[in-house]
Amino acid sequence: MRSVTLENEVLLTSKVVPVAKTNEGALHRLNTRLLRLLLHIFLIVLGISCLFPFLWMLSTSFKEQFQVFTYPPQLLPNPWTLTGYTRIFATSPIYNWLFNSIFVVTTIMFSQLVFSSLAAYAFARLRFPGRDIIFMLYLATMMIPSQVTLIPSYILMKYLGWIDTYYALIVPFLFGSAFGTFLLRQFFQTIPTELEDAARIDGAGYLTTFLRIILPLSKPALATLGVFVFLYFWNDFLWPLIVINTNNLRTLPVGLAVISRSYFGTDWPALMAGTVISLVPILIIFFAAQRYFVQGITLTGIKG
Amino acid sequence: MSRAARQQALVGYAFIAPNFLAFLIFVAGPVVAGLFISFSEWDLLSPPKWVALQNYVDLLTNDRLFWLSLGHTIYYALLTVPAGIVISLALALLLNQGLFGTRVYRTLFFIPVVASSIAVALVWKWFYNGEFGVLNWLLSWFRIPPQNWLTNSQLAMPAIALTVIWKTMGYNMVIFLAGLQDVPQSLLEAAAIDGANSRQRFWSVTLPLLRPQLFFVLVVSLIGAFQAFDMVYVMTAGGPGNATLVYNYYIWQNAFQFFKMGYASAMAYILFLLIFVITLFQVRYLGKRAYYELG
Repeated sequence: MRSVTLENEVLLTSKVVPVAKTNEGALHRLNTRLLRLLLHIFLIVLGISCLFPFLWMLSTSFKEQFQVFTYPPQLLPNPWTLTGYTRIFATSPIYNWLFNSIFVVTTIMFSQLVFSSLAAYAFARLRFPGRDIIFMLYLATMMIPSQVTLIPSYILMKYLGWIDTYYALIVPFLFGSAFGTFLLRQFFQTIPTELEDAARIDGAGYLTTFLRIILPLSKPALATLGVFVFLYFWNDFLWPLIVINTNNLRTLPVGLAVISRSYFGTDWPALMAGTVISLVPILIIFFAAQRYFVQGITLTGIKG
Repeated sequence: MSRAARQQALVGYAFIAPNFLAFLIFVAGPVVAGLFISFSEWDLLSPPKWVALQNYVDLLTNDRLFWLSLGHTIYYALLTVPAGIVISLALALLLNQGLFGTRVYRTLFFIPVVASSIAVALVWKWFYNGEFGVLNWLLSWFRIPPQNWLTNSQLAMPAIALTVIWKTMGYNMVIFLAGLQDVPQSLLEAAAIDGANSRQRFWSVTLPLLRPQLFFVLVVSLIGAFQAFDMVYVMTAGGPGNATLVYNYYIWQNAFQFFKMGYASAMAYILFLLIFVITLFQVRYLGKRAYYELG
């Protein structure tokens, strides 16, 4: 009978990988090392594949138009030029698109944080008739595909006269979403009630407790939600596409997509310049707040 | 109700008021209104005309493109969902080994997730270009002849699917990673002591414990697949010759190019029903089973 012993490879990290050592120890160790190398290579290749399209985007944005249509494709621009950028700024309202996206998204983000957290606190801590039914309703609608509300909402915008205005882009989303309220409620429920009880004893009302005690403790959750909301609305496409028809009022993704289907269709340096510009804000936020992205996704995944 | 309880209730209503009212006006209301709209013919220029179930009948019996777009979307889901789950699970397993540079890899895989679908679609559209695209050039190293990825009706959908898998694998990977970290080492060690090799440990210990994450990723991916639009809009506009016409794209065409609001709304409700049934199915057969208490 083979004797199998267990050895912990590294005791320092929280991740412990048991390695079964058999009598064929040396060969097994070689296999493990080889396997690790292969895994690294696989990961590196995949990692490069994730980075490569963006590098290509960047490099194409600095190319002359003729250089794009060469085969085999050349990675580096030769010569380097800014004409892609000048063209997109000169012949498309990308300034407006950039402003629109920033204005719309930051407005929605801050507003949603305020109203979602208020509502989430009420659902988490306050008692009022119908509370659970309403919350169930929120949860139920999270499963409804967006196409269902798309057309009626559009018609509503039309009848309110909000088509082709900032109102259509912002107002429907100003007061929070079912998802945001859900996320924050889960978080608020983890705050120990003793803190609120103590505040109550000191005579604080509900609003004061909310502002002075709950909110300061919720910074990570708020940051996570903020980042999520920003990401969602920065990249949102279908809704802004249908409610805005004036080129100047479009948001960045929509503007780029629309011109890519028309007069700019083959001007790749200019198009790539546009996409580079559209990526800069979100990438900055991503690198600055990476763990909030991961945190947010993990929270939604575990809770299902 | 006592005075304190009444006060609390009032505060509660006040706190949720903006949130809930907006919900009623912009979410719940439209859901109900959409149903009525689907029972009408409406081009927004003239008043709506009540047609009861005629839209549904027309869609199901008289519209080749309805079935085509549905079929395409199912095809698209079959291409993206299983492969996506397998790849992101594999990546999560790899990154869970505690290899050097895990943080960097995680960041790299996640960048496509935060990039807008438009930016991704545009650069990949260029990658797929038949004459000058990078993909064809890379494949030429493996002696594979150049293809017209987006203008070939057989290849267009798989091409879009590949881009989408690439874009979303980081997201699901993070979910699986979180789930993997909850798998107790003690259980794996116990299995190893009992003589299980790593493959057996994976199938018998790790995978069952990942059931909640698998369920979540499956449901979300499936719903996401039925909402595909952005990539198709930018890369192929439904072509070539309707080869990539997906359900959501056809809805958009009916509503905003043909101005058949009622018709498109009916399509949306059929989709709602479909997703509801599928999700019900998934909950029933793959849903949360009993958790085994761990020590």
